[in-house]
Amino acid sequence: MITIENLSKTYGKLTVLKDLTVRFGGGRVVSVIGPNGSGKTTMSKCILGMVLPDSGDIKMDGESVLKKYAYRSQIGYMPQIGKYPENMKIRQVIDMIRDIRKDAKTIDEELIGLYGLKDIYDKRMGSLSGGTKQKVSAALAFMFDPQVLILDEPTAGLDPISAEILKCKILKEKKKGKLILITSHIMSEVEEVADEVMCLVDGALKFHETIASIKQHTNEERLSRAIAKIMNEED
Amino acid sequence: MNKIIKYVLYDIVRNKIVVAYTLFLLLLSIGLFNLGGSPEKGLLSLLNLVLLTVPLISIVFGTTHFYNSYEFMELLVSQPIKRSKIFMSEYWGVSLSLSAAFLIGVGIPVLLFAPSATGLYLVLTGVFITFIFVALAFLASVITRDKAKGIGIALLLWFYFALIYDGIVLFILYSFADYPLEYATLALTALNPVDLGRVMVLLNLDISAMMGYTGALYKSIFGSMWGIGIALVVMVLWVLVPLMTSRRAFKRRDV
Repeated sequence: MITIENLSKTYGKLTVLKDLTVRFGGGRVVSVIGPNGSGKTTMSKCILGMVLPDSGDIKMDGESVLKKYAYRSQIGYMPQIGKYPENMKIRQVIDMIRDIRKDAKTIDEELIGLYGLKDIYDKRMGSLSGGTKQKVSAALAFMFDPQVLILDEPTAGLDPISAEILKCKILKEKKKGKLILITSHIMSEVEEVADEVMCLVDGALKFHETIASIKQHTNEERLSRAIAKIMNEED
Repeated sequence: MNKIIKYVLYDIVRNKIVVAYTLFLLLLSIGLFNLGGSPEKGLLSLLNLVLLTVPLISIVFGTTHFYNSYEFMELLVSQPIKRSKIFMSEYWGVSLSLSAAFLIGVGIPVLLFAPSATGLYLVLTGVFITFIFVALAFLASVITRDKAKGIGIALLLWFYFALIYDGIVLFILYSFADYPLEYATLALTALNPVDLGRVMVLLNLDISAMMGYTGALYKSIFGSMWGIGIALVVMVLWVLVPLMTSRRAFKRRDV
């Protein structure tokens, strides 16, 4: 569904992505892991067209997405830290995005309901806690029934119950044949929801395998140990 | 595009700076027209104050608004909209609201106290200056991510166009006083939108008779419809060049 070919990105002298080539198929939950600053967020932002790569290409269903914008109607994005205009109310933010994505066929308000956002619709974005902003981000990401979901550390600020709601939602959407990319540092969570693990180190691909095959060839029961083993082996 | 402009305008109207700006201009114009005696004198004093304050307010407000809308723009770039659309909506939102403030604050008093061709030129100049300086403000804002630096650049631009440039022109005129400089000064005028506006209005006032040979040349050029047409084209270029440059930069940067 999404193909990244030879993607490179530098910020001044700092190389963030080095010749990255990777493919993601539909109906899968792919977990993107890697140390801090390994380029996970930059990769997601490149797919979204927020960061413009120096070289390489990104294709969605065979078509390059660089310098285009309409393809984003097929993507739902939940940023690591949601930044919203401080003096807009939750209702206004949601209405505005809905206004922009008017041609979406189905509107999925499940998360708005489950997170009880309607009760706080008139609160200003600036007055919300980090976790509540995350809930708004999550609700917006899933709202337009996109084919691809990019979730950047989705559960980092959420309380356990809300995180559980989100995980259920992720699994539910996977069954509809969507591609879901999750960056996360919490291995137990990765194990719970993901099918594949993609590991970035210093902007290059370390490995991209299914969880089952990782466990198998490292002879480990737990994913966190298996991954630690791979990382140590190759150092 | 209208969809996004709507939200930009909503945001601008909510913070009351534009309302305060309107009231300030209104008080200024009514005050000057009542002090000056003749409407011509009123227009003249109003022209000088307008050419000083309108660029300053436009460029400072434009820059701060751009930096304060960062979150808004960040939210929108991940949505299926063109970047240039986001940028242009911000530009139209800011310049339209400031122009509306100017039309109410200066346009209405001029219409009441000095309804003449000169008055019309003054209002037209003010609106152009607003559009030009908002475009310069956006240019200053896309050059750097640092808000303090951006506002610094904006203020420098204002200093340059409103104050320093005239000094440079005087210096050139003084140093090369032995040469015929009529067309050179004409070119120098076109290189500063504030001066261009000033000349356009002044030459429609009677005092232009006192401006000597260069004044007569100016008068023969700006007095004709043809000259005014060229001046307006130059003004439009002054809007388009910074605007298109900054739009291009905005399309090519990372968020």
